[in-house]
This record gives sequence, structure tokens and C-alpha cells, in this order.
Amino acid sequence: MINTKYFIKGFFCIKSANSPAIALFASFVAIGALFKSIGLNIQESIFSTFLTYALPGSLIMAESLIVGASLLNIFLAVWLVNARLYPMTVSLFPLLTHKSQPRLKYYLACHFIAVSAWLIMKENYRSIERKYRLDYWIGVGAANLSVAISATAFGFFIADYLNKDMMVGLAIVNPVYFTCVMVGAMKTIQMSLAIILGSILGILFYFISPEWCILFGGFSAGTLAFFIGELNDN
Amino acid sequence: MTINIVLTILATSIATYISRFLGVITSKKIKETSKIFKWFNCLAYSTLSALLARIIIFPAGALADVDYLIRFIVIFICLIVFIKSKRNFVYPTVLGGVLLAFLNTIFN
Repeated sequence: MINTKYFIKGFFCIKSANSPAIALFASFVAIGALFKSIGLNIQESIFSTFLTYALPGSLIMAESLIVGASLLNIFLAVWLVNARLYPMTVSLFPLLTHKSQPRLKYYLACHFIAVSAWLIMKENYRSIERKYRLDYWIGVGAANLSVAISATAFGFFIADYLNKDMMVGLAIVNPVYFTCVMVGAMKTIQMSLAIILGSILGILFYFISPEWCILFGGFSAGTLAFFIGELNDN
Repeated sequence: MTINIVLTILATSIATYISRFLGVITSKKIKETSKIFKWFNCLAYSTLSALLARIIIFPAGALADVDYLIRFIVIFICLIVFIKSKRNFVYPTVLGGVLLAFLNTIFN
């Protein structure tokens, strides 16, 4: 099953100095408050964070409920905005594979893929023995998901006490954390190019298609950065 | 509200899980030393960066009501704090929230 020692080690990563806990908490408090204001009850709010656990997707869901979009529309919009989870999974899971781990565990563990846990794992995987990396990852993911769920519940209950300025303050915390992480990750030419080109092309593609801009921008920027980086290395 | 909330939540979760699930399937065949892995790493960071740029420049929800100049100033100040504080993540994130709430109170 799960190796408890590594699970706990992963779980307590949430306390480290570069932990995403604050950003995660702030943004899910905002989501909880938003859920309440659009008419979800507490069970539905917790259920939603537990099952989706991806911020932009939840935001789209909330907006779609307000305008009354169709189920198919919601599905496609969420799929597009969360498709970034695909390259994130492919760039993480090969680091976690070990023949002793059952296949089913990977399909369950992939639910924890979200920027917060992914970043911790990318930073720490080298220090963990390969055999136990998946258990460690499940610990990291479980801790992050617990923060997200408690924050959603907290946000739901304090929604009436949050004014507009406080909501705005909560909403900026995650982008700020995100920006710092991205700047921190710019260690090689390839990475720096991927990040800088990603933001530029993402915005440029927005003018062509707001729905597809993240995928088109990300794909073209990442590919371009990869080739320039490879040419530079040779 | 015209559509069922529970169905909407399920649709959102399935749409999100698909990408994670397909990622695990693809990962089976990819070695961490391969070029493809490196390429996917670039793709992951560039898509995240594209998403981040979109959130900051064309935000949805509460941030959309804040003047874009204020958003830029806050992000910029936080970034400087991040670099000056030897890459501490706590100071800039906390400062970002407080600063934007404060500036928004004054200018709106």
C-alpha cells in the first residue's frame, strides 16, 4: 500500500519555507466565498474542491453557473483551461515510476497534480529514493488538497464578512506566488525562454482566441524554447 | 439557475481529471533522460506561464475589477521583495494580498 514514513515526510513539506500553503489557502478561501455567493451549499463547495482541485477550472465553473452555460460548454471550457495538467503530469510522473508500485496507484495519485504540489515535487524528488517517490508524492498531494478543502470551507463560512477589497486581495495572492515561482525556476536558458515566451505568446494568442490561448501559447513557446535550448547546448 | 449544480461539479471534475489521466498513460512510455521528457518539461512551464500571464492581464472574477496598472504595480513590487528577500515566498505573497486590498480601497 502506502509507505507511511514517506507519506508523512511528503505531507509535512507543506510547512517548508517555499510552501504554497499561503497562496493555496488564500485562493481557495476566495473560491469558497464565491461558491456561497452563487448559491452552492457547503457540501457542494467541498465536493467541488475535493473532486476538481484546480483553481482556473473552478473559476470557470462558477462563472458558467452565473451565466447559465450548457453542460457541454462548461465541460469544454474547463477541459481547455485545465489541459495544462497534461504536460505537467508527463513531466512529473516519469520521475515517480518504479516497478514495485501498482498501476492503479498512479491513476489515483494523478488526482493530486496541481501547480502547488507539482512544484514541491519538482524541487524535492532527487532527495527521495525512487522506490518511495510515489508515496512521498501522495503525501505532498494529500497535504495540499487538505489545505484547499479546509480553505474552501473556511471561505464559505466567512463569505459574509469579506468585502470586495478583501476578495481582491485574496485573488492576487496566487498570481504573486506563481510569478515568484516562475522567476525562481528560470535557471537555464531553456527554462527562462519557456517561461518568458510562454507569457508573451499566451497573451498574443488571447487576441486570436481567448479559449485556446493557454494551449496554443504554451505549446508554441515550449517547443520553441526546447529547440533553442537544445541548439544552444550542442 | 437552469442546470443542476451536482452535474456541473461532476462535469468540471471529469474534464479536469482527463488531462491528468492521459498524462499518466503517456508517462508510461517516457524515460526521464529522454528528449521528449525535456520537451514536456518546457511545455509544462510555458503553459503555466501562459496561464499566469492570462490571469494577470485578462483576469476573471474579482481581479477583473481592479485597474490593470494597480495589478502590475503590486506584482512588480512583490517580485522585487521576492528577489531582495533571498527568494522567500512568504513575504511577497502576504504583502501582495494586503497591498492590493489597500490600493483598491484608495483608488476605487
